[in-house]
Amino acid sequence: MDILNALVLLANFVLIPAISYGSQLALGALGITLIFAILRFSHFAHGDVMAFGTAGVILATWALQAAGVSLGPLPTALLALPVGILASAAILLAADRSVYRFYRKVKAKPIVVVMASLGVMFVVNGLVRFVIGPNDQNFADGARFLFTVREFRDATGLAEGMGIRISQVITVVVTAIVVAALFWFLNRTRTGKSMRAFSDNEDLALLSGINPERVVTVTWLIVAVLVTMAGTLYGLDKSFKAFTYFQLLLPMFAAAILGGMGNPVGAVVGAFVIALSEVGVTYAFRKFLEYLLPDGMAPEGLVQLLSTDYKFAVSFVLLVVVLLVRPTGLFKGQTQ
Amino acid sequence: MNLRNVILFAIMAALLVLVGFLQSPSVAMGMVNMCLISAIMALGVNIQWGYAGLFSVGTMGFVALGGLAVVLTSMPPVHEAWSAGGLGVLGALAIGALTIVAAVQAWKRLSPGLARLGALLVILVVGFVAYRAVLDPAVDAIEGTNTAVAGYLGGMGLPVLLSWVTAMGLAAGVAWVIGKVSLGLRSDYLAIATLGIAEVIIAVLKNEDWLSRGVRNVNGLPRPVPYEVALQTNPTFLSWAEWLGLGATEASSLFVKACYALLFAVVLAIIMWLSERAWKSPWGRMMRAIRDNETSAKAMGKDVKARHLQVFVLGAAVCGLAGAMLVTLDGLLTPGSYQPLRFTFLIWVMVIVGGSGNNWGSVLGGFLIWFLWVQVEPIGLWLIGLLTASMPEDSGLRAHLIDSAAHVRLMTMGVILLLVLRFAPKGLIPEK
Repeated sequence: MDILNALVLLANFVLIPAISYGSQLALGALGITLIFAILRFSHFAHGDVMAFGTAGVILATWALQAAGVSLGPLPTALLALPVGILASAAILLAADRSVYRFYRKVKAKPIVVVMASLGVMFVVNGLVRFVIGPNDQNFADGARFLFTVREFRDATGLAEGMGIRISQVITVVVTAIVVAALFWFLNRTRTGKSMRAFSDNEDLALLSGINPERVVTVTWLIVAVLVTMAGTLYGLDKSFKAFTYFQLLLPMFAAAILGGMGNPVGAVVGAFVIALSEVGVTYAFRKFLEYLLPDGMAPEGLVQLLSTDYKFAVSFVLLVVVLLVRPTGLFKGQTQ
Repeated sequence: MNLRNVILFAIMAALLVLVGFLQSPSVAMGMVNMCLISAIMALGVNIQWGYAGLFSVGTMGFVALGGLAVVLTSMPPVHEAWSAGGLGVLGALAIGALTIVAAVQAWKRLSPGLARLGALLVILVVGFVAYRAVLDPAVDAIEGTNTAVAGYLGGMGLPVLLSWVTAMGLAAGVAWVIGKVSLGLRSDYLAIATLGIAEVIIAVLKNEDWLSRGVRNVNGLPRPVPYEVALQTNPTFLSWAEWLGLGATEASSLFVKACYALLFAVVLAIIMWLSERAWKSPWGRMMRAIRDNETSAKAMGKDVKARHLQVFVLGAAVCGLAGAMLVTLDGLLTPGSYQPLRFTFLIWVMVIVGGSGNNWGSVLGGFLIWFLWVQVEPIGLWLIGLLTASMPEDSGLRAHLIDSAAHVRLMTMGVILLLVLRFAPKGLIPEK
């Protein structure tokens, strides 16, 4: 029995990666849930807009690096964030003005708007590949670790170690700040309140003089911030590849639906549930059990429930279970 | 078929003939084959969307299952692998199926509460552990046998054309399970769920090496048509080729492609005939009634969920058939090549551009969009060449633009979809 070592092992391989992945998903899922709450459709272009914003950040990072600007131990990409946010805001607003606004005016069925967002997805996907190419791009710089596994081992004298990367710290800190700011905005400011009113009851909101076009514009701007942050943090933590970002669509949607579509708190909780399950189900628990179980009882296999290639299956299964058992999600979301 | 539609199809045919003259007859023939397959895929999606209004974006999954069916049906069985772990795998699959049945029964029969949840968890955990305990050694044994050329169970060694039928069965069976779970959800939830299941199916194909050889691919699938090499040594064929004034290589390649085209055209004709019959039948009218107003159809006593399941399974079967034809044409199964943009969303563009709810429209959309998908790349390259002609030879931007020209076609497809949705939402050949 060696509980301390077991916990450190679990933290290093499951908890820390899951928390940072969960934060990235949370930012993405918040965007999806906001669009659903205000504009009432599932935004399929989300993953690709995320890639687009991140591509903007990467290009700006390269420019800054070439100019010799750096943040010391922090990644230069943080300085480049505004450029990416501007880029994704520009593409989202352009898509809204040229595509979505028309369907809003004619009050088209949500499914038609979803299809239009497929069209936007194609265009943005092509744009991203055109600008930055379909390959992996690495743009992380600065210090890599807050402390490494070895440093942790030397300091504590434990057999197992735990390392924390700078990108993981930044992810969690940035997410906490952004989520807090978003909730403050939605609950305390006039514009935020009008957004919530619009989401709860469109007709009443219109009657009380809320300008729908303004609400929609503000929503897209917030989504641009969220989506660029999510993409940049994911890219710093792992790496940037257009196709990977497209595939993030599924876990992000799963998180939003799990929490209850249209409910921001739900999206954050859902994201962490999805991330923890994905990492937990695909982690091999053998060594962890070796520490906890008495000698000789340690399992022979890896005790890995599913290979990492099946991580999409995890979000899919969670999604389907929630939809079957509790279609409104963990927190009550919008039903229509 | 009114005059306008005939003209549209005539233009499409003219475009393909033009390719034959400008590029080469062989390229044109290859394109015709892919157009025919695309048309069948589009018909499958049209059955789900056009007939019943189901927004399913899991097409890629069913197409891939069709491809898997070709391997499972037509490849010869690998006897060493079967004796090494065949029984183990079958046993494990049986355990898995039993677990699911037991879990469903427990959920249905026990009264709601913590006890039920506990029982369900126990069944699932015990079942999963038993499944893995039986499966893992068997899979290791199978993948260890002759890994370089086999390392999987192989198929049943039946004629390859039969696999087109099994492909429909396999896709339909999986679609039934998926439909049972996810139909009845809101339209965009169904989309997310089917998007997920398609990814899961691809993950299975890529990782379950005992089944599909995974990313090591299965090649050398049997062919329903003669081999080029055989034709080139056949004196009768050579004399024909000479009479036509073609070289042996070109003539044989053309002949093979034409054989495929003939086969595919027959399949397309059958599917088309059946689809049209279904569309005009009382069943088709009922589906449209459900599509246009679910509540009133329900009030008329129609079992909406059962009909949705039926039409979902039918559409999936047609997509599976198209997937099997594609793999037969290629002669190899490459699980890594299935991409949602190409195998799900492009098919949706075909249906919407062609005209959802119209079978002829779907066929035209399949032909036209495939044609553009192939031809936009060279056109994009040409355009970019024109744009960059004034730039200096060694310009980095110029090199980048020329390298990226291939991605223009994604943008083009998106723009076409958006334009059609906005200005001609009924498509080229609207529903009657």
